[in-house]
Amino acid sequence: MKSIKQMMIEARGLSHEYFRRDDDGNVTEIVNALSGVDINVKPGQFIAILGHNGCGKSTLAKHINVLLTPSDGTLYVSGMDVKDEDNTIDIRRNAGMVFQNPDNQIIASIVEEDVAFGPENIGVETDEIWKRVEKSLKSVGMLEYRDHSPNRLSGGQKQRVAIAGVMAMQPKCIILDEATAMLDPVGRKEVLSAVKELNREKHVTILWITHYMEEVTEADYIYVMDKGKIIMEGSPKGVFSQVELLREHRLSVPQITELAFELKEEGLPLPDGILTREELIEELNKCRLS
Amino acid sequence: MPIILDHVTYKYSTGTAYEKTALSDVCLTIPDGQFIGIIGHTGSGKSTLVQHLNGLLKATEGTIYYNGKDIYDKTFDMKDLRTQVGMVFQYPEHQLFETTVFEDVSFGPKNQGLPKKDVDLRAYEALSSVGIPQEVCDSSPFELSGGQKRRVAIAGVLAMKPAVLILDEPTAGLDPKGRDEILDLIQETHRRSGNTVILVSHSMEDVASYVDRIIVMDGGKVKYDDTPKEVFKSYKELEEIGLAAPQVTYLMKELKEAGWPVKSSVTTVSEARDEIIKALKK
Repeated sequence: MKSIKQMMIEARGLSHEYFRRDDDGNVTEIVNALSGVDINVKPGQFIAILGHNGCGKSTLAKHINVLLTPSDGTLYVSGMDVKDEDNTIDIRRNAGMVFQNPDNQIIASIVEEDVAFGPENIGVETDEIWKRVEKSLKSVGMLEYRDHSPNRLSGGQKQRVAIAGVMAMQPKCIILDEATAMLDPVGRKEVLSAVKELNREKHVTILWITHYMEEVTEADYIYVMDKGKIIMEGSPKGVFSQVELLREHRLSVPQITELAFELKEEGLPLPDGILTREELIEELNKCRLS
Repeated sequence: MPIILDHVTYKYSTGTAYEKTALSDVCLTIPDGQFIGIIGHTGSGKSTLVQHLNGLLKATEGTIYYNGKDIYDKTFDMKDLRTQVGMVFQYPEHQLFETTVFEDVSFGPKNQGLPKKDVDLRAYEALSSVGIPQEVCDSSPFELSGGQKRRVAIAGVLAMKPAVLILDEPTAGLDPKGRDEILDLIQETHRRSGNTVILVSHSMEDVASYVDRIIVMDGGKVKYDDTPKEVFKSYKELEEIGLAAPQVTYLMKELKEAGWPVKSSVTTVSEARDEIIKALKK
């Protein structure tokens, strides 16, 4: 029991299968969307999940706030078993979710009402709701927009409002499923830095699911998924050292890591897993002196 | 068939409190056979601009000439323009609707009034050029993976053989391999058919490695219009308008500042690799 209590998210052999049926309802195929996934997320960590389209990362995310339940294996969120239906509401309060499309998750006509929707639904007192709305909007840098209509905001601003809506429920953990996929570079930066700040300042555990390799160079730990399985895991340096393996799984590496890899192929004595421009320049300077 | 935009201005909600100028005095010439990238942050006017090129939006002021003819002239055949200027919208897979992949791709050429034999041929060609295997052609487009759906949607536009192909963020939401596949196939059709391609994108890295010319939009105006090398020289100004140069461009600038004998106007990984190797041999 002890280890379960310490973990924010703990999956053991987590599997999810569903049946594909033809027009008559006969089963034509069994799809293993997740098979035997083990993950450990400690409170306060920033965890990244990478993988190509259809690799199972969204299926995994949906298990964490019980939109889906496992066919096999176990999953504990904040010490609660997702298979026990009595836990569902509590788990959802603890693990908030932000999706890809900003336009699909905003419901109210005023920003602050949208943020208030979550806490209101779980029966928080009115005074407390307003306190939380103010705090959450402030934490994502959107307080000055509280009286605005969401449909005039940019994509990045809308996503930050969606994150504030989740924050107002005071979850321990936020899962962001490709939350930056539909945004421009500025919007991506805004959302990522808002999330990093929540992680740093408020110690909210973050599960960041993405296709953009550049976004996860500072993550505490990375899981790489393919065909419903975890195929690689480790620090950003460790994962991005394996350029060829990532490419085999339809992924890439940050541009600077790719350049370092190509230079190494040309015979330069560079270490694996260079992530930043500073690191590469330092290493290149060494090559030049020797 | 060149397209000329002559002082094009577009305002929406005119006469209300929400009046906004989305394009302001845009002058551009798009000659035949170029591969052009249009970049700009959200709301900079890039989508509004491309929607003018096939007459989906009508300029408030100014005019557009297609092949020397004013497209706003009463006698101009707008339907003909739309078959020649093909548009792939954002998330085009949301527009798939037919019962089979083949039917979906045939829809465009069928509407162009081509005989059945030609329609079939066009659909086959388009599907094979985007790498969709024949055995998938009779299945429902909704059974395909995300990347495949997008390729089928693009094939639907390619089957009309447009002289000008416009793609609004064709790689949004795809994984890195999927991004490369889509861009490679666009480049391949461009090389083979010599069509004009206009690629609207957020990704500076993608734009830098594929296009001949970049048009940077900001606040409804054309801010830069030049080769990638020239445009990314102004990386500081690009940052001010919410864009950025590729990471390797920054790296080469920093190396140069640190005393390395390298060119700083580098925009792709392979160029950067060659420059660094060359400098080390000096």
